Amino acid sequence: MTAYLLKRLLIGLATLVVASLVVFGVLEILPGDPARLMLGFEATEDAIQALRVEMGLDQPLLWRYLDWVGGLLTLDFGRSYTYSVPVIDLVSERVVVSLPLALIALTLSTAIAIPVGVFSASRRGRPADTISMGAAQVGVAVPNFWFALLLIYVFAVWLRLVPAGGFPGWSAGAWPALKALMLPAVALALPQAAILARVTRSALLEVLGEDYIRTARAKGMPRRTVLWRHALRNAMIPVLTILGLQFAFLLAGTIIIENVFYLPGLGRLVFQAITQRDLIVVESVVMLLVASVIVVNLLVDLSYALVDPRLRVNR
Amino acid sequence: MRAWQSILAATAVALASSTMAMAARTDLVLGVPLEPPHLDPTAGAAAAIDEVLYTNVFEGLTRIGSKGEVLPALAESWTVSDDGKTYTFKLHTGVKFHDGSDFNADDVKFSLDRARAENSTNAQKKLFAAIDTVEVVDPTTVKVSLKHPEGQFLYNMGIGDAIIVAPESAETNKEKPIGTGPFKFDSWAKGSSIKLSKTDGYWGDAVFLDKVEFRIVPDAAAAIPALLSGDVQAFPFFQPDGVSQIEGDPRFKVVIGSTEGETILTMNNKKPPFDKLEVRQAIASAIDRKAVIDAASNGLGQPIGSFMSPANPAYVDLTATYPHDVAKAKEYLKAAGLEGGFSATIKLPPPSYARLGGEVIASQLREVGINLEIIPVEWADWLSKVFTDKDFDLTIVSHTEANDIDIFSRPGYYFQYENPEFNKLIEELAVTNDEAKRNELLGSAQKILAQDVPAVFLYELPKVGVWDAKLEGLWDNAPIQANDLTKVKWLE
Repeated sequence: MTAYLLKRLLIGLATLVVASLVVFGVLEILPGDPARLMLGFEATEDAIQALRVEMGLDQPLLWRYLDWVGGLLTLDFGRSYTYSVPVIDLVSERVVVSLPLALIALTLSTAIAIPVGVFSASRRGRPADTISMGAAQVGVAVPNFWFALLLIYVFAVWLRLVPAGGFPGWSAGAWPALKALMLPAVALALPQAAILARVTRSALLEVLGEDYIRTARAKGMPRRTVLWRHALRNAMIPVLTILGLQFAFLLAGTIIIENVFYLPGLGRLVFQAITQRDLIVVESVVMLLVASVIVVNLLVDLSYALVDPRLRVNR
Repeated sequence: MRAWQSILAATAVALASSTMAMAARTDLVLGVPLEPPHLDPTAGAAAAIDEVLYTNVFEGLTRIGSKGEVLPALAESWTVSDDGKTYTFKLHTGVKFHDGSDFNADDVKFSLDRARAENSTNAQKKLFAAIDTVEVVDPTTVKVSLKHPEGQFLYNMGIGDAIIVAPESAETNKEKPIGTGPFKFDSWAKGSSIKLSKTDGYWGDAVFLDKVEFRIVPDAAAAIPALLSGDVQAFPFFQPDGVSQIEGDPRFKVVIGSTEGETILTMNNKKPPFDKLEVRQAIASAIDRKAVIDAASNGLGQPIGSFMSPANPAYVDLTATYPHDVAKAKEYLKAAGLEGGFSATIKLPPPSYARLGGEVIASQLREVGINLEIIPVEWADWLSKVFTDKDFDLTIVSHTEANDIDIFSRPGYYFQYENPEFNKLIEELAVTNDEAKRNELLGSAQKILAQDVPAVFLYELPKVGVWDAKLEGLWDNAPIQANDLTKVKWLE
């Protein structure tokens, strides 16, 4: 187990180093001078040069890379070119929007998908199964930004139950803030839930065909117990894998959803930073996202051991 | 008893709501498409900065009014010497910055000297280049001496980049702007909104609104539900293609105004074959402005024939110089020795006017045998490749600065246009103060550009504003990029 964990950790670290090289390299190759972009096309050459010096853009590339990586290690992400405030401040302001959003969406999609998947599997081939899997198929096919607009028109414009977008901030109280996150979370969660439900169903169906399920049924165990205790637990590994992958999709999805709902989250920050060539922000936030995906995958690996006791043995 | 109680309750509610209806609202949520990168108008070109702060939080010596006219602001009056080289400004008294400190002539000297300093990062630094010295005569009088007469000096002092700041707060304005305006800065939730509130004891005319929130709504598709749900009450700069969904709804007003944004198809005037007049004439004749306007601005833009806004008093209608005529275009090509046509590229920046307009233009030019390869580029990419390196054949862009016809005389400017006759007019213009004489010179300059077609002048970018029907006082036109809220109020 320790060796397994160490190996995973090392792979994670190597991924981070490679990612830092790729992220820095790609963004530096991109055409576009951040200083000129900030001052616009009517600015004079010496004003632009003054700004480039101010932003440290006149330094050699390698030096800037080492400076950046060194900063990351000490949690000093540098200063945003456009906002001219520390990147860490920008990120921490936005994490409090994106993280709750992603967690609510993840919880919501799990809470919907697993019961639906189990329900469908237990009624395989019957109308209830066909209907719920048909709905899941639609859920997979519908683009989330379109679904988000639909939700806005129904719940914000027509019923006026929630705001059409924007985020009042947690300082405005937990309820208004949660209200603002509700539609975006649903818009993010449903397409994910559809995928998860299908995976749960097929994993479960495979397990339900196993001998030990027949044995359990034969010794007179109630259907329900067999399904939820014996079958579902054994079907969890593929479900957890997908859940881990979905976290990465969720992060990508927030870029779109945060734009549709104009939420001040990490996704919007990255999107905006890319168009404004705020390279230092893009680099830092992308690294942060890479790191969080690696951590989540590590957690998923660990959770395999929770559901499958065989993995807990020291190998 | 019960019935009596409920009647009383109902009356109370009715009374309460009717008194509420009588007192006009004093709050406003205004939607803006772009978030300002910071809040200092003297340190960045982003229009989004001025759209929040100009005349609301910060003021200059003069200011630009809703028709593009120059109005007094912190300077209550001024005199100009006969040689046009010395401006003496008389300042208002009793003006205070939002931090409580007094405004006086020292602040003016500080601000102007800062803007033109060697290490200044003012995006419009060149507008201060004519200043020789700034002298404080007494606390309410400032004398500005110019190296040479500057026709647009008073206008230049009224733009957002020339606002007056205090030495104590100049360095922190990016985060916490301290100005002299009728609204003071409250808070900025990054990515979300910027809040302003009324300044107590403002030196000028009192404003009607108490609280203003600029809410950042970047997505055009999100702007419509935000308006329909009442979350946002005004979008002064609205996407033209969204108008059809709002038009006809009595709750909202749709106001189509003009801007100073000349949308032009620029040609690289030094790069063959665009260095030939006949080729440029061919392209101009091949283009049907009406079709471009319909596609790129939902039919709302005003056609232009030269580089001047139709809202400008100096405007001359030259749209008929090269009318749409495919046969004539082919003749021009033949005269240039290119009767078989040729291939070129067109680089299109992100705004929809460029992307949509570019597609229509490409199809129109194909009819006369010019094959365009469409290359979409990002702004950053456009600025470095097209604007700086001049690596392009054709491009479409809207030049949104006011009174900027002189860009066609600038050496090394990206169109690479050079016409000594035109340059002479611009030089004369720079030293002319007389309004009538200026308009005459501007008229001749427009005619040269229309004939010479260094770029095909397409249309004036429309300003589409959408706001609550009960709201009054927002600008219809955009002579400069600003949201002047000093006259905005709710009707009862």
